[in-house]
Amino acid sequence: MNSELIVFLVLSLVAIATALGMLFSRNAVYAALFLALNFVAVAIFYLLLGAPFVAMAQITVYAGAIMVLFLFVIMLLGVKDLEPTRALPWQKPLAIALSVILAAEATYVLLAKARTTMMVASPDASLNTMESLRNLSVMLFSDYLFPFEVTSILLLVAMIGAIVLSHRNKKETK
Amino acid sequence: MTMDWTMWLEWFLKGLVMCLILLGGFAYLTLYERRALARIQTRVGPNRAGPQGILQPIADAVKLIFKEELTPASVYKTVFILAPVITVVPSLVIAAVIPLGGTFMLGGREIALSVADLNVGVLYLTAIASVAVYGIVLAGWSSNNKYAMLGGVRSAAQMISYEISLGLCFVLAVILSALGNPEGGSMNLREIVDAQRGMWFAVYQPLGAVIFFFVTLAEVNRAPFDMPEAEQELTAGYHAEYSGMKFALFFMAEYQKMIVVSLIGITLFFGGYRELWFMTDWFGGALSVDKHWFLGPVYLFIKTFIFLFFMIWVRATWPRIRYDRLMALGWKIFLPLCLALVFITAVGILLVDFTGSRVWIWGVPVLSILCGAAVSAFIYRDLRRKSHGRI
Repeated sequence: MNSELIVFLVLSLVAIATALGMLFSRNAVYAALFLALNFVAVAIFYLLLGAPFVAMAQITVYAGAIMVLFLFVIMLLGVKDLEPTRALPWQKPLAIALSVILAAEATYVLLAKARTTMMVASPDASLNTMESLRNLSVMLFSDYLFPFEVTSILLLVAMIGAIVLSHRNKKETK
Repeated sequence: MTMDWTMWLEWFLKGLVMCLILLGGFAYLTLYERRALARIQTRVGPNRAGPQGILQPIADAVKLIFKEELTPASVYKTVFILAPVITVVPSLVIAAVIPLGGTFMLGGREIALSVADLNVGVLYLTAIASVAVYGIVLAGWSSNNKYAMLGGVRSAAQMISYEISLGLCFVLAVILSALGNPEGGSMNLREIVDAQRGMWFAVYQPLGAVIFFFVTLAEVNRAPFDMPEAEQELTAGYHAEYSGMKFALFFMAEYQKMIVVSLIGITLFFGGYRELWFMTDWFGGALSVDKHWFLGPVYLFIKTFIFLFFMIWVRATWPRIRYDRLMALGWKIFLPLCLALVFITAVGILLVDFTGSRVWIWGVPVLSILCGAAVSAFIYRDLRRKSHGRI
């Protein structure tokens, strides 16, 4: 048992527990908090895999920006504890069928692929340098410039859309 | 990778020392602030407990510990108790990447004076700064009091708004670290400090440093952006329901954040733990950090002391800014200005690269200051025209 394995096991437990906590919380604020914790756990997984850039981006974007805004909205709307609602009739069988398919797929991939290919070697410290970070940014702005710009335009459109929608509502209330 | 016990010991000791520095710094920053405020307001300040009031922080701590701690009946108890902790922890861990000095040899191993030497140090700062909002939002919500909640939402909105300009200020330092470095810039704080060997980034980008200062004031909820302190007009803020030691934790987080943002500002713009840039060759380099590693923390302490004085000075002299103007200042002034500065700086670096002449970099401060002057003139004119309007 090396230290990395122990950290991995503890983290996995935390990640699963927080994910379950998010699902089963009756209070929307607690659910959001569990999700934020889950994001942090996943970020530490990235750190374990030797990808600090992704880890920091994960925390900044998901835990820091998106979840905080979620919390904001939940609190401003003042959501009380959720009532146990009746699910849609077709929801349960569909969910069961889909999850069985997903589990089967995962098992197949694990059994069939994990044996043939070698275990993924964990990247060593040599990859975790300033050089790799520079390469990442250079690639993002040369080879993948088009997808990068398209993504940013998509986000811009979403932002403008939100502003336009909220503005229209304002006019109607006047 | 060998993980021997000395390495664990080194990490543990470094973390412990960093925490102790921040805790001790918090205690004596309160004294420093009270004494300095008193001087500015021609008072004496606390000078009874010990010589020059040096024991005052201990007296304050004892008082706070023995204060009655009320937990209102209808709070969300778990979150209510956790919120102060969630506020304090980021203010401590964010300091992990800040280099306090160079490296020295001890028992055959090289020890660097920083807890963690991350390659993505600047990103780490943004990550932790963005998580710091949680404590405030949760404190406001869990109090189950509409004034506390509005205060929490207010402070959190303020922090999120100014975080964007803060991130752009970080970008300024990262871009500037590419100057004269053929490999490009760096996000490692130690490399950023080393890049300022010849000249501080505050000289290349004076407006960036000034904006950084004001943005961090808003980020740590300090005067003149200290909405939670507005008791009469806004019923305080997110900590309205807190008392005793729990309140002290919020107080502690605020002061630790003051120290930490000073350290970050010094690291990014004022040469970090290095001496003044023109002092490197004085007395045959006797005053340089390169020669004597122990001078690093000393220089950093002096710089932090001065930086903190500016924060206290601002609090003593400027009135609190109204909330809508605070938001307008963040979104309509600082954000576009920061974007313009990033553009100007990047163009300056590119010009130096293309022409191979260092002269072009001086276009950056000149253009930046022109930008700042134009914006100041705009604000001044606007405030003159409609004295109660928005910026």
